[in-house]
Amino acid sequence: MALRMTQAPPAPQHKRPRPKVPVAAALTVVLVLLLVLGLIWGAGGFRKTRGKTVTLIGSTSVEPFAELLAENFDQGHSDISVEVQGGGSTAGIQALTSGLADIGMCSRSLSKEEQQTMTPIVIARDGLAVIVNESNPIDTLTEEQIRSLFAGDVTNWKQLGGSDSPVNLIMREEGSGTREAFMNLVMRGRETALRALVQESNGAVKELVRTDPAGVGYMSLGLVGTEVKAVKIKGVEATSENVRRGTYTLVRPFLFVVRRRVGEATSQGAAASTRANSPLAAAAGLTPQAKTLIEYVLSPPGQAVLESQGLVAAQ
Amino acid sequence: MRLSPALRQKAVVTGLWTLAALTVAVLLFIVVYVLAKGLPHVTWNFLTDRPREMGKAGGILPMIVGTLAVTALAVLIAAPVGVVTAIFLTEYTREGKLTAVIRFGADCLAGIPSIIFGLFGFVFFAITLKMGLSILAGGLTLAIMVLPTIIRTSEEAIRAVPAAYREVSLGLGATRWQTVTNVVLRSALPGISTGIVLSIGRSVSETAALILTAGSALRMPQSLMESSRTLSVHFYILSREGISMDNAYATAAILIVAILLINIAAYWLMSRFIAKAS
Amino acid sequence: MRQDKIIQWILMGVALTAIGALALIAIFIFKEGLPLIFRVGFSDFFLSSQWRPGQGQFGIFPMIVGSLVVTAGAMVIGLVFGLGCAIVLTEFAPRRLATFVKPAIELLAGIPSVVYGFMGVVILVPIIRQYLGGPGLSMLAASIILGIMVLPTVTSISVDALRAVPRSYREGAIALGATRWQTTRMVVLKAARSGLVTAFILGMGRAVGETMAVIMVAGNSLALPRSILDSVRTLTSNIALEMGYATGEHRQALFATGVTLFIIIMILNSIALTVSRQRAQKVPKV
Repeated sequence: MALRMTQAPPAPQHKRPRPKVPVAAALTVVLVLLLVLGLIWGAGGFRKTRGKTVTLIGSTSVEPFAELLAENFDQGHSDISVEVQGGGSTAGIQALTSGLADIGMCSRSLSKEEQQTMTPIVIARDGLAVIVNESNPIDTLTEEQIRSLFAGDVTNWKQLGGSDSPVNLIMREEGSGTREAFMNLVMRGRETALRALVQESNGAVKELVRTDPAGVGYMSLGLVGTEVKAVKIKGVEATSENVRRGTYTLVRPFLFVVRRRVGEATSQGAAASTRANSPLAAAAGLTPQAKTLIEYVLSPPGQAVLESQGLVAAQ
Repeated sequence: MRLSPALRQKAVVTGLWTLAALTVAVLLFIVVYVLAKGLPHVTWNFLTDRPREMGKAGGILPMIVGTLAVTALAVLIAAPVGVVTAIFLTEYTREGKLTAVIRFGADCLAGIPSIIFGLFGFVFFAITLKMGLSILAGGLTLAIMVLPTIIRTSEEAIRAVPAAYREVSLGLGATRWQTVTNVVLRSALPGISTGIVLSIGRSVSETAALILTAGSALRMPQSLMESSRTLSVHFYILSREGISMDNAYATAAILIVAILLINIAAYWLMSRFIAKAS
Repeated sequence: MRQDKIIQWILMGVALTAIGALALIAIFIFKEGLPLIFRVGFSDFFLSSQWRPGQGQFGIFPMIVGSLVVTAGAMVIGLVFGLGCAIVLTEFAPRRLATFVKPAIELLAGIPSVVYGFMGVVILVPIIRQYLGGPGLSMLAASIILGIMVLPTVTSISVDALRAVPRSYREGAIALGATRWQTTRMVVLKAARSGLVTAFILGMGRAVGETMAVIMVAGNSLALPRSILDSVRTLTSNIALEMGYATGEHRQALFATGVTLFIIIMILNSIALTVSRQRAQKVPKV
């Protein structure tokens, strides 16, 4: 600054030529105007369309199926728009409590506490698959073996009859319903190894196992596809057929969770989750659009969509 | 063995050139790789269609709109407020302890990880103020994220205007406000614009904070209260879930081109600022 | 003039609102996070390795270590390559090359972090897994990716610092018979030291704050890392992974993590401020 002061200021008696409008300013203004126009056109103002929108938030396992249901639902009900977001089962429950969501998607059963204020509606049943890389020679495992794998007792694949390489455990994050289901169904109270890698969605777990020959993880059976191998549990193949038959034992419910009217007896809610009608009756503050969506999902066409994707019908 | 200084220099300089070449090579490789894998999939349909099958097919128009919407909201709020604050701090207040504290605070806030703003925006805008996962919540979160940076860069630009300019204007009988608008701002404008343009770049790249304030809905947003995915969020989800690598690369290619254009604009503005000031 | 006064009041109103809003945000974060740190206890919060929110345990030590080692690794890369690049651009490269390369590097500073993270997952992680062992998702991967990300920042600010050293310094050294490298090493680098330190610290700030790329390549395990091939979790990753579903105490613990990061940034910025103040006092008088 001190150096610049030595420049002679323009002589005051001459008229200063009007400075041309800087091109930068003009460009900036044009850009801003374009953005504003884009905003107004794309946005329709501050109109609250929350009423006409059904927002589903929660399990990343349920999410792709909910998206599919929403696409099909859209064809018959173009005036209702359905928003589906992930975040994990517990995030879905929280979103329901805080009002962010109309319906919470959950891939595990609700806890006693949660059932006090919320009603679960079973929309399908899904198997929990334990997946390994295509090149892994191991074909079948017992629940015991899976438990010791994830607890950190078994650290090398050769201990289970595989190749000589350290085991890379892949878990989901704490709020995941898939993780909860895994802890309940397989770990049965034992802690998982601290060193396990944590990925935040089914897709991320699958991608990792697909590329890591020594990886093992768990994910939604309906999303396994062909790129990874789902191990047989005690010789029983991981297919939706076996889930339906009951021979594949790692099964968890897919839930659409809604707020419950305060004061409803809990026992009513628990039994109601097996019958389609009562949960809707017990639900509080369900918009008609949300009700229509749930009715569609539970109807034969809706259930057919889910079954075609590898899930098992609710009942 | 003691090398002669000339030999020593040759060795070191060769080493340094290798480092520099490696650096440029890696950075270029990233850009070229993404563009090469992504641009072939950027078709007119890709740019104008809505996503289908969770993004495996179809296009990204809603994401482009979503990105424009949150960015526009952020800049339309943060730019005027930030520039006005900078003007007030430099032209209408005296240098002192208070302004130093404010400056330090703004510097700190400018350096805070974006995820913390995301956490704040999620708890305050989306939940407490009941905006839900929406463009509004996302845009407001981005606005507070870039506000400190705009205040600081504008302040620096305004302070760089020579005192002589102000003195001449006041000497001619102009009011303080006239001086500010006609003289100071005109000189500082390229520098201010640089800060704004860089904030636009930051908004476009932001991912984690937006997932939890603007959400990740796939549909075309019909209003500011609806959730919407931005290009960065869409790229993240596509690549993470392995939904479609082709479309992921294509989205990334569009992102990189957009940001390169934005940064070129910033650099050009900055060079004009330097030319004006010297 | 009346009009000027009114305008001044309007400007003050806007400015105070803006500053007030920013201050309130900082206060909000501290208000949510500090009580939890006190309730859990300083040593339990910062030094315990037990992060089990389900059981009310909030020890962030593994994440502090994770952030520290990943940032340290990133800054080693950032320093070596970034400073090397800067020296080449200012001292040894022809003018034309420098004016072309410097802005090119700065342009690359704007690439979204998710793109860097993705490249890390697709290219770097498999290489580490295959040739060095381990799951590939590791502290090493995170350090390398972060190092690449802070390179543009470190390089461009270092170039500015080096260019600010007056020509007379270099001319004097050469006149005394020094080679170009001797000049650089013994004179220029020393003179530019405070500017270089600023570049380093700003780069470090960016590395500490990075979230997405780290989540994608670091593996996010909760165990303390024992080697650079082990997976780590950083403070920022922890917030991003859990903020969607955390409530009550758990959410406050995430705000407390935010407070920790806030304090780290404040310390870094104070150092940068002190260093640049020293530089201002050392105005060369040659």
